Amino acid sequence: MTSATLTSGATLGSQRVSEDVRYHEDAIRLFVIAATFWGVVGFLAGTFIALQLAFPALNLGLEWTSFGRLRPVHTSAVIFAFGGNVLFATSLYSVQRTCRQFLFGGEGLAKFIFWNYNVFIVLAALSYVLGYTQGKEYAEPEWILDLYLTVIWVLYAIQFVGTVMTRRESHIYVANWFFLAFILTVAVLHIGNNVNVPVSLTGMKSYPFVSGVQSAMVQWWYGHNAVGFFLTAGFLGIMYYFVPKRAERPVYSYRLSIVHFWTLIFLYIWAGPHHLHYTSLPDWAQTLGMTFSVMLWMPSWGGMINGIMTLSGAWDKLRTDPVLRFLVTSVAFYGMSTFEGPLMSVKPVNALSHYTDWTVGHVHSGALGWVAFISFGAIYFLVPVLWKRSQLYSLRLVSYHFWTATIGIVLYITAMWVSGIMQGLMWRAYDNLGFLQYSFVETVAAMHPFYVIRAMGGVLFVAGALIMVYNLWRTAKGDVRIEKPYASTPHKAAVGAA
Amino acid sequence: MDLDSITVMLRSFWTVWLMLLLTGILVYAMWPGNRRSFDDASRIPLKDDGQEF
Repeated sequence: MTSATLTSGATLGSQRVSEDVRYHEDAIRLFVIAATFWGVVGFLAGTFIALQLAFPALNLGLEWTSFGRLRPVHTSAVIFAFGGNVLFATSLYSVQRTCRQFLFGGEGLAKFIFWNYNVFIVLAALSYVLGYTQGKEYAEPEWILDLYLTVIWVLYAIQFVGTVMTRRESHIYVANWFFLAFILTVAVLHIGNNVNVPVSLTGMKSYPFVSGVQSAMVQWWYGHNAVGFFLTAGFLGIMYYFVPKRAERPVYSYRLSIVHFWTLIFLYIWAGPHHLHYTSLPDWAQTLGMTFSVMLWMPSWGGMINGIMTLSGAWDKLRTDPVLRFLVTSVAFYGMSTFEGPLMSVKPVNALSHYTDWTVGHVHSGALGWVAFISFGAIYFLVPVLWKRSQLYSLRLVSYHFWTATIGIVLYITAMWVSGIMQGLMWRAYDNLGFLQYSFVETVAAMHPFYVIRAMGGVLFVAGALIMVYNLWRTAKGDVRIEKPYASTPHKAAVGAA
Repeated sequence: MDLDSITVMLRSFWTVWLMLLLTGILVYAMWPGNRRSFDDASRIPLKDDGQEF
């Protein structure tokens, strides 16, 4: 990689940093490998359960391979295994560089976190397949695994916070603020939502301490903030480090990044009740959730503008650097899905969209477009750096990955929009005698073609990820593909016109 | 005034307190005198990594 040419004239402690700093990178390489592996596993699992919805015979008639048990395997694999390992890798990589400090606790602690977190992932997946679940979305692991994860998470918090506290840079860079919020809030959410009473100390089964609508509210306080702080704040930390790094430009507005951070923190935690519109949750709580969700438009779009405008004056890099294209497109998807989310939280819209495929499509425009794309960008950035290679094996293959995955996402979300809105409209259709016009199974039959299209989108997304795996493998080996390079000189027409 | 009524009073001003805190943060972020230090901070990721290859 090319080192940054913009060196600061500031005196933010840089003079105290010795020239031969060697940051801890062994554990980060492991996290990157695991993230890539779990990414492919998670995308494959998602494609398989998408095919199960289209062709129910693929449930294979076995309890272990039924949709209900494989779906949490998919969601946990993509969110916690893929996303989690990406967050560990990127946060522990960037915190060292933005603090000019080694990891607190060293390589040993980082590797301990790595192995235990990934063992937790495997145990959680096995427990779902065997039928053990709390039945709470994104919080399926039973109590004993929750305790295990709590220990791992506290160690991660100690490592990250310790590194920040022993920093040799006087200012805490904004990416670290987002990572800190992600680590702290996920700890609070995980503990708060898993206050369970085990049936026995030798069994897996447990029951939530609170019950009824309170339990539902705690679950969606957790669930929405898992989106807000795991899948948003954490990945915004990635945006604030890797977009400026790859674009070789400082973030568009540091002031806006501070406003972005605090407004996001102030608002997100209240938005959970929009998952419980028209339920037994009190009406005022539903309206509160809706109001805060709509207000979230502002920080979300402020952050999107900040990320995209970081490229102002360097837009040509999008043409010549497909890695940067991944990073910037992810921010555009962030803007799109954070526009859609508040819209869907408005109660009359939610009356149509809730429990339909529209929700599934919305989640995936955020998960595939924002979370996965910014992860791909960060991984493509990290692998040559961590394996000490001058460049990626092939930028053309990155571009093929980009377009394959983008077409996959477009197929996925358009299919789910059509299917979801159709489903919502069919559910609420009455005939002229006041009877429901469609039986439930008629709505299922009507969705079949869209399920097939969605699964095709998933196949393309998996194919793109496999292109990435090949590219990263060859990069780590030190190979460079002989290919037509992207034009590195500014094209003459633009220069002449300017 | 017993502890309960103090708690109730504080809770009723909770949103005001949060708004004041947020307003303070916004003022801090926009304060003209802070511009230079924020500009410096924005360049932290672009400083040399300390390793060349």
